Amino acid sequence: MAKKKISLLKEFTKGLWDENPVLVMLLGLCPTLAVTSSAINGLAMGLAVLFTLTASSTIISSVRKIIPKEVRIPTFIIVIATFVTITDKSMAAFQPILHKSLGAFIPLIVVNCVILGRQEAFASKNNVGRSIVDALGMSVGFTITLTVLGAIRELLGAGTIFSLQLMPDSFVPWMVMILPPGAFITLGLMIGATNWINARRER
Amino acid sequence: MTIFTIFISAAIINNYVLVQFLGICPFVGVSKKLSSSFSMGLATTFVMTMAAAVTWLIYYFILVPFNLQFLQIVSFILVIASLVQLVEMFIKKMSKPLYDALGIFLPLITTNCAIMGVALFLVMKEYSFIESIIFGFSAGVGFTLAIVLMAGIREELEIADVPEYFKGAPITMIVAGCMALAFMGFAGLI
Repeated sequence: MAKKKISLLKEFTKGLWDENPVLVMLLGLCPTLAVTSSAINGLAMGLAVLFTLTASSTIISSVRKIIPKEVRIPTFIIVIATFVTITDKSMAAFQPILHKSLGAFIPLIVVNCVILGRQEAFASKNNVGRSIVDALGMSVGFTITLTVLGAIRELLGAGTIFSLQLMPDSFVPWMVMILPPGAFITLGLMIGATNWINARRER
Repeated sequence: MTIFTIFISAAIINNYVLVQFLGICPFVGVSKKLSSSFSMGLATTFVMTMAAAVTWLIYYFILVPFNLQFLQIVSFILVIASLVQLVEMFIKKMSKPLYDALGIFLPLITTNCAIMGVALFLVMKEYSFIESIIFGFSAGVGFTLAIVLMAGIREELEIADVPEYFKGAPITMIVAGCMALAFMGFAGLI
């Protein structure tokens, strides 16, 4: 921990852009592509990840000193799976429609590499406070990316954002955008744009 | 549902990678070379088939009788993780050349969400034991198909004139989009 002290604010903002889990680190791509057929689905998925990641990071970082190194991965997975179960069951109870449209991707958060990645790379090495800030930053970055991706696909594929009609009536929806190919192509363009912006900033 | 329908449906129509978006991480990460992507596909198919069988047994003989279905996620991920470990040790003892060929990809399979997806879907779709094994196997074949196709295209892309900022992941995504578009043509086959 005695490496370099980064301010808490930096710890939070790095997840938003510099180390954005989806656009820069290319982690957690499966849910990113699968659920973002609309902005609201993207937002919901992001919030589910926010809860799971923050809760797991809190637990892992507070018990990090008593976990033997050899069994750390199974330990992380059990903690994550527990919180995913909580998320899954409470979503099914309070938001049944949303839960249905996200389908198997809520239970699949357990194998989302963003979460396991943060435990391994950050929570198991840092104190509780920093881990929470890091988890929040990462998941907010994840949520924003998913919501933007969902909004672009919903706007072009259905003419709406959050079910609000934005395009004029004469607009013919591009069906392909809400189908699987649209997800791949939009994300590809977004990652390309990120590379371009980063390259320009460095100059 | 006949076994053949399950096979076609899981391997091609609902291709795990291109239609259901499962297992994207290895699909992007390991599709640089044809040979390694084929090994990855084989290892995944193997673990998927085993995982389908074991999770089916666990679900219907342990979780359902004791009314513990809510432990589904926790128990499945543990089963898969230990299964991968077991398979790794088994292959190492039985066939050294195969072990060397699979190398690092074997342990990485634990975090492949396609395996977990197979386990969750076979419960959701209420398949029988035999159907589950066929389902796991065909999902693996579909994964292998997608990753090998992608590796073939990416080897060609190496020498193509791709815009600088789109090299690597972005162009892979866009190519995957085109492949998904092609695979949509299979919809309605059954």
